[in-house]
Amino acid sequence: MDASLALAVSVPLIGGLLATALPKRAQGLGLLASVATVLVVGWVMAGVWQQGSLHAELGGWAAPLGIALAADGLSAALLGMAALVALGVGIYASGYFRSADADRHFWPLWLLLWAALNGLLLAADLFNIYVTLELLGLTAAALGALTGTVDAVRANLRYLLVGLLGSMTYLLGVALVYTSYGTLDLGLLSNALEPGPVAATALVLMTAGLALKAALFPLHFWLPPAHANAPAPVSAALSALVVKAAFYLILRLWLDVFAPVVTPSAAGLMGMLGALAVIWGSWRALRAERLKLLAAYSTVAQIGYLCLFLPLLQALPPGAERDDLFVALVLMALTHGLAKAGLFLAAGLVQRSAGHDRIDDLGGTAQHMPATTFTIALAGTALIGLPPSGSFVGKWILMTSALESGQWWWILVIAIGTLLAAAYVFRVLSRAFNLEPTPRSFVTQARTEVPALLLALTSVAVLGLAADPLWRLLGAGGGA
Amino acid sequence: MSLETLLPAAIVVSSLLPGVFIFLVKEESHILRGVLNMAGALIKLVLVGVMIWGVYQGETYETRLTLAPGLDLVLSADALSVLFVTLSTVLWLVTTVYAIGYLEHSPNRSRFFGFFSLCVSATVGIALAGNLLSFVIFYEMLTLATYPLVAHRGTPDATRGAKIYLAYTMSGGVLLLVGAIWLQAITGPVDFTQGGYLEALSGDLQGPLVAIFVLLLAGLGIKAAIVPLHGWLPQSMVAPAPVSALLHAVAVVKAGAFGIVRVVYDVYGIGLADRLGLLTLLGVLASTTIIYGSVRALYQDGLKKRLAYSTVSQVSYIALGASILGPIATIGGMVHLVHQGIMKITLFFCAGNYAETLGVHKVSEMDGVGRRMPLTTLAFTVGALGMIGIPPIAGFVSKWYLGLGAVEADAHWVLLILAASSLLNAGYFLPILYRAWFRPEPDAWPKERPSKGRFETMGALLWPPVVTAGLCLIAGLLAAAPFSPLEWAALIARREYL
Repeated sequence: MDASLALAVSVPLIGGLLATALPKRAQGLGLLASVATVLVVGWVMAGVWQQGSLHAELGGWAAPLGIALAADGLSAALLGMAALVALGVGIYASGYFRSADADRHFWPLWLLLWAALNGLLLAADLFNIYVTLELLGLTAAALGALTGTVDAVRANLRYLLVGLLGSMTYLLGVALVYTSYGTLDLGLLSNALEPGPVAATALVLMTAGLALKAALFPLHFWLPPAHANAPAPVSAALSALVVKAAFYLILRLWLDVFAPVVTPSAAGLMGMLGALAVIWGSWRALRAERLKLLAAYSTVAQIGYLCLFLPLLQALPPGAERDDLFVALVLMALTHGLAKAGLFLAAGLVQRSAGHDRIDDLGGTAQHMPATTFTIALAGTALIGLPPSGSFVGKWILMTSALESGQWWWILVIAIGTLLAAAYVFRVLSRAFNLEPTPRSFVTQARTEVPALLLALTSVAVLGLAADPLWRLLGAGGGA
Repeated sequence: MSLETLLPAAIVVSSLLPGVFIFLVKEESHILRGVLNMAGALIKLVLVGVMIWGVYQGETYETRLTLAPGLDLVLSADALSVLFVTLSTVLWLVTTVYAIGYLEHSPNRSRFFGFFSLCVSATVGIALAGNLLSFVIFYEMLTLATYPLVAHRGTPDATRGAKIYLAYTMSGGVLLLVGAIWLQAITGPVDFTQGGYLEALSGDLQGPLVAIFVLLLAGLGIKAAIVPLHGWLPQSMVAPAPVSALLHAVAVVKAGAFGIVRVVYDVYGIGLADRLGLLTLLGVLASTTIIYGSVRALYQDGLKKRLAYSTVSQVSYIALGASILGPIATIGGMVHLVHQGIMKITLFFCAGNYAETLGVHKVSEMDGVGRRMPLTTLAFTVGALGMIGIPPIAGFVSKWYLGLGAVEADAHWVLLILAASSLLNAGYFLPILYRAWFRPEPDAWPKERPSKGRFETMGALLWPPVVTAGLCLIAGLLAAAPFSPLEWAALIARREYL
């Protein structure tokens, strides 16, 4: 029984409840709960680092009856990334919201979302995953509509409905599994599972539902308006974390539980969709008129990159090479999470300072805010996949595997995606050079600018140059 | 943790760290910024001095950081990297002094000097990169760090030039990346090895090896401005003079040429490159570029543009040297890496002085500048004559060895190229010298700055070109002295042809 797993879910939950009960202290309580959650997540990660994986049954009831929580390298890595992003978002939010009302509504929902996310990453059975997934979708849509504008409400209502459709489809798959195998526990299930039409149908249903939530091309249509219209701290969390959570589940199912069912052609199809997502998402990002819309489309492209790993993981035999590729996949996901959070937070500052986020009219604003422009540049480096970011290492390994498994055509996709990403990132950055007067200092509002900068910097310097421990974290208990 | 493992990293960090702090310096604190700049440059110089001595003694320095299993970031020092590191470090110091003077009253200096330092850190990283992965990493960082310098002025022209620069270099970066990954997929992780490390691969890989070379060459050739990939270079002339100086002499163009040298000698090995027919390809491209650049330079009236096309032409001497099989040509190419750098930076400093002091931007406005600015024009003359290849200036030494190497390798056509190029060089430099010294001064200069002090222009602008012109003379006169660029190039050649 490891208490850290239960605490990782309950600490933000309790924080959220307290913030609801004492709305006037919401901000203070929220920040306190954030710090506490980060510490607990650190504890979980330390446990996984030492023992490889952790397992806990709530209330002492064993698997088929009670609620079980489990953590392996994959969930620990994502948990850690989520904690960093959430801490940054929290500090940023404490300086971002102008109206006390928005601040008061933000914290309970936000902590609830974090609790749901941690629950999802730690859940050890398919039904709990459903519950946390639903909770995540609900809180995310509510947070997204926080600005209260017509556009935001409309986009997030659509987001909510799409999310419900997604989780319903997923639930259908879960029901199918339960009727044929009588268990929902991931561990028991992966032992019991036999390739066959039932398992295949269940996987297709669950994957379809999750792909909708992960905004995998061509099911991405709801994402750009929802992410672009949410308040900046929320957009950051939606793009960096919520979408990733759905993708995490796809990974869990494809590589872990349902691995015997997956065929090369199915994995190839995922890769194909990923390739289309890379090209289409990057192209739309390049054509986007608004900065936040650009960031949202870039998320579509980045999810595509993650899907490119699936056919290659399928093609490689188990061994060191496949493990490397799997870690590279996680590294890309982590890098993207941190970079995208930084980008959205920075975009929010630009929008607030300029009163809009139309890229072509950004002119002076970008030059006035050196720290924010830097954040965009660093995040952009990671999104393009340039060194020294974590996604450069990830891409290097991805391209090597593509060559070694003879599927060289993915390299073309990556090369085109890289150039398109460079084009859309520098389209924004070039606005920072003009004839406006020189800004007096690097940072103007530390509370919002520094978290954004640090998140982006982590995605570049830390994940790019010091990602080696990730191999140990994942190698010890990785799903691969 | 010892000196051997820390020194290469320290050399990179000695400009990286000041760069990061400079971004945070308030715009009006020029003293603090100047101190950071100069401290970084001087510390780097000392560290490089230690490294030169060590490498000469046969000491090895290596910093290794594992990015992922099988992917190491390696910084190591061999004779070739020391040559390039020393060039970058010395010229960075001089250029920093010049830039502080040049940008005295202009806006956004913290941003400028921050990226300036990052740019040098990336260049030094390229020089010290111990394998292809590390080379690619610093090569891309160089692109990122120079973009803001080209765009620095913020005028529509600058933005446009920077965009073109980026489009070229990013595409080049992707080609280089694909080539590097392909090669590494074949060989596994291997560090640069003197004499190359592909020799052992069997004959059935010939096709891929040629294809990879073409990819690498295209990626490197864009920065090295090899025709027809040179289109960005004249466009990026909108950058401030110190940037142009550094870009042309040390950083971007030279990084590309240095990369070609690395790939030919330390990846493929010159013997293998010759057998695969790659040297012929390189030689033809380099010769075309040499002639084309010089011809285009003839027709430029803008002084900086003329110098830019001259760079296109001159940098390809380095590639030409690498394309001829034989130690003497190798020496010629390697030594030109240094000689072109000190001569070209002198010329760009002088061009900047004319523009800043008198408002003279065009060759046609240069009548009589020699009388108004004698020291600057003297430095310019040394640089220009060196470029033509007149003894005893450095450029002569390069051309002499290239020519000797060509004869030794029975590649007599190279002599024709050298002769034609020298004639063309004379054709576009001598008229400038004639105007400057022998034509009468105009009644008024286009935009003269009120001068203060005893000299023709402010000291921070005047002394850097005088110093580098002096270096051009010393490198030529004392070519046979120990630790001269020539002797060092000979050391490299000895180690490559072991």
